[in-house]
Amino acid sequence: MIDKAHSISLLVANRPGVLVRIALVFSRRGYNIDSLVVSPTLDPNFSRMNIIAHGNPEILMQIIKQLEKLVDVVQAKDHTDTNAVEKELALIKVRCSPDQRTEVLQLCDHFKAHTVDMTEKSMIIQITGSSDKVDNLKSLLQKFEIVEYIRTGKVIMLRGEDKT
Amino acid sequence: MANKTLSGAEVIIECLKREGVDTIFGYPGGSAIPMFDAILDSNIKVVLTRHEQGATHMADGYARQTGKVGVALVTSGPGATNTFTGIYTALMDSSPIVVLAAQTTTPNLGKDAFQECDTSGMTFAAVKHSYLVKNSNDLPRIMKEAFHIARSGRPGPVLIDLPKDVTAGPCTAPFTDKMDLPGYKIPTHAPIQAVEKAAEFLKKSKKPLLLVGHGAMISGASRQVRELAEKLNAPVCCTMLGLGAFPTDHELSLGMLGMHGTVYANKAVLDCDLIFSIGSRWDDRITGKLDVFCKDAVKMHLDIDPAEEGKVLQPDVFLCGDAKLVLEQLLPMVNKLDTADWVKTCQSWKKKFPLTYPKQGGLRMQHVIATASKLTGGKAIVTTDVGQHQMWVAQFFDINYPRQLHSSGGAGTMGFGFPAAIGASFGNETGWPVLSFSGDGGFQMTEAELATAAIHKLPIKIFVMDNKYLGMVRQWQELFYEHRYSSVDMQGNPDFVKLAEAYGIPGLRIKRAADAERVIQKALEYKDGPILIHCECEKEDNVFPMIPAGAPITSMIVEQPKAQLEKPTGST
Repeated sequence: MIDKAHSISLLVANRPGVLVRIALVFSRRGYNIDSLVVSPTLDPNFSRMNIIAHGNPEILMQIIKQLEKLVDVVQAKDHTDTNAVEKELALIKVRCSPDQRTEVLQLCDHFKAHTVDMTEKSMIIQITGSSDKVDNLKSLLQKFEIVEYIRTGKVIMLRGEDKT
Repeated sequence: MANKTLSGAEVIIECLKREGVDTIFGYPGGSAIPMFDAILDSNIKVVLTRHEQGATHMADGYARQTGKVGVALVTSGPGATNTFTGIYTALMDSSPIVVLAAQTTTPNLGKDAFQECDTSGMTFAAVKHSYLVKNSNDLPRIMKEAFHIARSGRPGPVLIDLPKDVTAGPCTAPFTDKMDLPGYKIPTHAPIQAVEKAAEFLKKSKKPLLLVGHGAMISGASRQVRELAEKLNAPVCCTMLGLGAFPTDHELSLGMLGMHGTVYANKAVLDCDLIFSIGSRWDDRITGKLDVFCKDAVKMHLDIDPAEEGKVLQPDVFLCGDAKLVLEQLLPMVNKLDTADWVKTCQSWKKKFPLTYPKQGGLRMQHVIATASKLTGGKAIVTTDVGQHQMWVAQFFDINYPRQLHSSGGAGTMGFGFPAAIGASFGNETGWPVLSFSGDGGFQMTEAELATAAIHKLPIKIFVMDNKYLGMVRQWQELFYEHRYSSVDMQGNPDFVKLAEAYGIPGLRIKRAADAERVIQKALEYKDGPILIHCECEKEDNVFPMIPAGAPITSMIVEQPKAQLEKPTGST
């Protein structure tokens, strides 16, 4: 079995301690959480969590069952390879002189990314989209100096009228 | 006083009463004083223990004996941390306990205040669920939820972290039956398609084997297990915690399977064409080397916990639900199978490979246990600690009734047996004596509870099986580590008879096999509270049969091997 990234969506009670309980199910097996997004749902009593984790698929299946078993977890689902919209946002700070700007802006344009901050020597680029798209822009920007870079982690929503 | 506002502590005590709690086990401290104060005005009996670990094991023993929720009440900081072993023990064996742990005041949380401890944070991994209460008005709902979660579904420990201002402050919220648990599901019946599939598999089986675990006991499914075994004419083996869910003296019983199980149960596991686990979790103690375990047999798994499906092995059918309810679904769908030859084969193994022990040499623990079993007619509540004596109790004490044997299975907690016997004794309505078997190592971990047993004059027969060694570890070092004994010599053991007498408990001594019957009879006839029986046993004795950890069942050793064995690959 090859380790691949799994997209896990959780609906949980919006209470203190929930995140620790969830993290422990992963850490107990020495598994790492690659990315994590948490926000309250329309009903503020609940939160939606999106977790990306790498690992053996059979073990991740078991982890999902053990997440589902937690008293505060209403639902745990694996959305890997399902028909879901998966997007993330990244901010990339690039050191660039005025004469490099045109090239950077051309790249941004191609990726439909925006500049959200600009100084004499630097620029912050905001990009949204699939993880691959973010990866690609980042690698192209590497010819300039990337000062820092942060991603939100994936948010996942099932296509169509069904709930995630 | 009609409209007096209750304090948080008073509300907690009232909630305990409403949950039917009549006995709790505890140890006070600064932060817990409001609760210990409120309990004075109730009719709940507080058993003051000598250590918080003892309190949790007692709550656990009480829960295992009664099927009700056991309650421990302790103070913050070290009081709370001392309960962790007991909480983890209860989790591993699905035992319903509620631990009320006091805490510093809420403004002090996170400030390293005196006896502050992140109790809920430290126990997340060892509880079924837990609460940190920050508002007194949440208490009625949380108490309701805690007991519900502890006892329902797959039972387990629930911890409530109770800051002192929450217990001392006023609670104006009404008592309630309302719970707010949107994520908590309790499986009941299994999907009908799964039950039909199971019935189909059973119909085709010529050599079925039922494997009965603790889940069957917790569910109260003994009658249904027996009906199924008899209706199918299928042999039955039990895990250690399953012993008693099916009577060992039944002609279809093969006793305990696994690492130190009977030869005939393990032979049946090797030879069956279908194995049906009813409330067992395919623990490594019973499967041995997993990839060859029941390789060609159909595997059916009934469990109330959906996360057990595929955890250890992938079954051909998984029945998620309560053992009793699911067996009731299954029973009308099955008929007698053509298993006469299979049952005959199993019974011939039973005759050919009985459990035995050497009669020569010094006093054998097996002899003490078998004699106690004979003299009580198997009508006794039995608790064990962990190690060689534990396996010998499972082998040589006749366990024929549900909730008759209490032992730390999953956790293997030394120090569990004696306090569990105290807890069981408080909940014991059978009229049978409580027999507590411990080794000299484990007994010394919680022996301070002799005071607790003495104060309450509990009719416990405390067997200390003293071989002056940590026997099971010594056995491994002898068999697998070239006799290199490392830190297993219990030099410095006290005279346990004198120790008992220091607590006002009479002590008896057995040194020779010939004295066992007379002394045990005397202990059984003693009616004035606890009595300790110090059994000075053969120092070097080994538990057989034995399947080395991680080895396939075919590697079973039935007697003392002549040559040194390979180091086991499995855990512990």
